[in-house]
Amino acid sequence: MTSENAKPLGSKILSWQFLVLLAIFSISAFFIAKRFMLGLGAVTNMNDGYPFGIWIAIDVVIGTAFACGGYTMALLVYVANRGQYHPLVRPALMASVFGYTLAGVSVFIDIGRYWQMYNMFLPKYANPNSVMLEVGLCIATYTLVLWIEFSPVFLEKFGAKKAEKVLHKVLFFFIALGVLLPTMHQSSLGTLMVIAGYKLSPLWQTELLPLLFLLSAISMGYGVVICEGTIASTEFNTPKETRILSKIAKVMDISLVIFLVIRFGDLLRRGALPQAFNGDLVSNMFLLENGLLISAVILLFSSRLRATAYGQYAGALLLLAGAALFRYNTYIIGFNPGTGHSYFPAVGEIMITLGIISLELMAYLIFIKTLPVLPSRRKVKMATG
Amino acid sequence: MAITRRNLLKASACGGALLACGNSAQAARRMELAPSALGILYDSTLCIGCQACMVGCKQANNMGPDPADNNQTWDNPSDLSSRTLTVIQKYEQGNGRQHNQEEDGFAFIKLQCMHCADPACVSACPVSAMTKDKKTGIVSYNKKACIGCRYCQIACPYNIPQFEWDKPLPQIVKCELCHHLIAKGSISACCTACPTGASLFGPVDLLRQEAHRRLLYRAGQYYDFPLHDIRAARTVSQPAAKYKAHLFGEKELGGSQVMMLSAVDFQKLGMPELPDESYASMTENIQHTLYKGMFLPIALLGGLVYFVKKNAENHHNDE
Repeated sequence: MTSENAKPLGSKILSWQFLVLLAIFSISAFFIAKRFMLGLGAVTNMNDGYPFGIWIAIDVVIGTAFACGGYTMALLVYVANRGQYHPLVRPALMASVFGYTLAGVSVFIDIGRYWQMYNMFLPKYANPNSVMLEVGLCIATYTLVLWIEFSPVFLEKFGAKKAEKVLHKVLFFFIALGVLLPTMHQSSLGTLMVIAGYKLSPLWQTELLPLLFLLSAISMGYGVVICEGTIASTEFNTPKETRILSKIAKVMDISLVIFLVIRFGDLLRRGALPQAFNGDLVSNMFLLENGLLISAVILLFSSRLRATAYGQYAGALLLLAGAALFRYNTYIIGFNPGTGHSYFPAVGEIMITLGIISLELMAYLIFIKTLPVLPSRRKVKMATG
Repeated sequence: MAITRRNLLKASACGGALLACGNSAQAARRMELAPSALGILYDSTLCIGCQACMVGCKQANNMGPDPADNNQTWDNPSDLSSRTLTVIQKYEQGNGRQHNQEEDGFAFIKLQCMHCADPACVSACPVSAMTKDKKTGIVSYNKKACIGCRYCQIACPYNIPQFEWDKPLPQIVKCELCHHLIAKGSISACCTACPTGASLFGPVDLLRQEAHRRLLYRAGQYYDFPLHDIRAARTVSQPAAKYKAHLFGEKELGGSQVMMLSAVDFQKLGMPELPDESYASMTENIQHTLYKGMFLPIALLGGLVYFVKKNAENHHNDE
C-alpha cells in the first residue's frame, strides 16, 4: 500500500462531535464497570433462552460486516487487478481495523469467563468441530493482519523509511491472508446458526447460511466504502469520488442481486416463503429486510441514479440497513428457543454498544486528522469536523 | 493476458462459492452409544408431580433455592435455571381432572439434560468444556476450560445449559447425571428420590428394552414397574396407562440416553419435534467439507498470494 497522496487533515481533534462521542462513551464506561462487578444479568436482558444479545448480533456479527470494506477493496484492487480504486483502500482499511478491533473488545465484555479467554488459543482445549472456535481464531488473526496491513500509515507518519521498505516486501502475503480470513469467518458467522436447528425460523435457517453470510459481507463492504467516501468528501472536503464510487455501486448491486437470487431460490426450494406472510413480528421483519434490499437493487439498477452522489449514498444506505437486518434477524428476531423467554436489549446493554461505536468513531476522527489516510489532491480547507 | 487472468479469476470465484456452500452429500453420521452407556427412563404416566426428584437433585448437587421463584417460604422453581438442574412441569387441558389424558386431563414432564448420543453442546463448544464420557456417555462440563461464550445454550435443542447471569464470575450449569454419585457406585439422585419409578436409572440398553415392553402393555392392567434402578429387584405393581407409541429420545437427533414415555403427545408437553439427524452433524458436514485438512483454505491462499503479488507489482510499476 503506497501513500497515494494521502494526507492527515490536520484540523483540531476536540471538535463538538468528538465531545459528544466522548460523553456517550463515558456513560457506557459506567455500565461496563457495572457489568464486571455485578455480572451480565445486572446490565443486560440476555437470558437462558436468548444467550446471545446485541453485543454479539450488532457489535460482532453486523459490526464486522460493516468492517468488510478493507476486505472487499482488497478483492477489487489486488485480486481483480483494478488499480484505479487504490485511493479508496486506505480509508476502507482503517474502518476495518476499528470494526474488528472493537468487535474483539465487545466479545471480551460479552463472554462470561473472560479471564479464561486465552483458552481459545491453547491447543489442549481446541475443539476442531466447533464453528465458534474457527470464528474466534480467524477473527483474532485477521485483526492482527489488519493492523499489519494498516501499519504503513504509521511508518509513513514517523518517517521510518527502512521499516517501510521491509514491510513492503512481505505485505503481499498479508494482503492475501487479509482476503482469505474474512472469506472464512464471514461465512462461518452464518454456519454458526445452523446448529440452532428448529430454534431459528425457516425464513433464515438453511445450510446455505455460510454462503449468504459471505455474500452479504461482500455487499456490505462495498456499501460502507461508498458511504464513507461520500461522507468524507462532504464533511472533510476531500476530493469527490463520485465517478469511481459509481463503479463500486455497480459491483455492489451485482453482488446483492446474486445474494437475493440465492436467498429466494433457497426459500422457494425449502417451501418456507409462505411463512413471510404470517403477519407477526418475525415475518414482518423478514418483509422489511427484503423490502430494503430489493429497493437498493432497483435504485442502483438505474445508471443515471448510480452516477450521482445522492443515488449512490441512498442505495448504499438501503443495502446496509437491509443486510444488517438480515444478520440481526438471523441472530435475534428469527430465533425462538420455544421456552417462553423473550429478549429486548436493556438500557445498559444498548449504552455499551453505543459506547463501543462512539469509541470507533472517535478513533476514526483522531486517525484521519493526524495520520495520512484520506486522499487529498489539493490543499484541504479547514473543515468543521 | 488480462482476459486469461479474468477467466482464472472467475474459476477461482466459483471455487470460493463452492467453498462457501459446502455440501450435504455426505451421509448422516450415526453416533453409536457405548454398551455401558447410562441413562434415565422417565415415564410420565407414572409421575405424580411430587417433585421429590427436584429436591433430591438440589441436595445432591448443592444447589440453593431459586431466587426467581423465591417466595420466602419454600423453593418451587417453575423452570430450569443456574440453580435448578431438573424440573417437573405440568400439562393441563380442559377441566384438567384425568391423569394421563390429553383432553380434560393433566400430565407431567421432567426437564433435564438428555445426554444426547451426538450432543450439540459438545460439537459447539470452542474450548472442549463440554465432553461426552466414552464409557458412560455422560455429557459433563469443565469450568476450567469454559470461556462463557454461551454458544452451547444456542446449540442445545433442549435448552438445557444454564448460565449464572447474576454472578460476576459465572459458569455454565447443567445436569451431569450425578456422575459424582455414580463414581461411588450410586445412581442419579432424582431416581433415588422418585417414589413411583417414574424416573428410572440404568444402562441405556436395558432401559430401552423396558420402554418397548411398556409400549406393549395393555392399558388398565397391573404390571410390575421397577423402582429407582432397573438392575435392582425392587418393583411396584401399578396399572399401565394408555401410552403414545413413541419412545422420545430413541431416534430424536440420533438418540439420547435420557428417554421418555408418555400418554400425552410430547409436543403438547412442550418437547420440540426433532429430525433423526442431529443439527451438530449437519453443521460438522459443512465445516468438515470446507476445512478438512485445511486443503481448501491453503489452496485459496496460494492462489491469492499469486494474484496479489503480481497485481501489487503491476500497480507499483504503473506509478
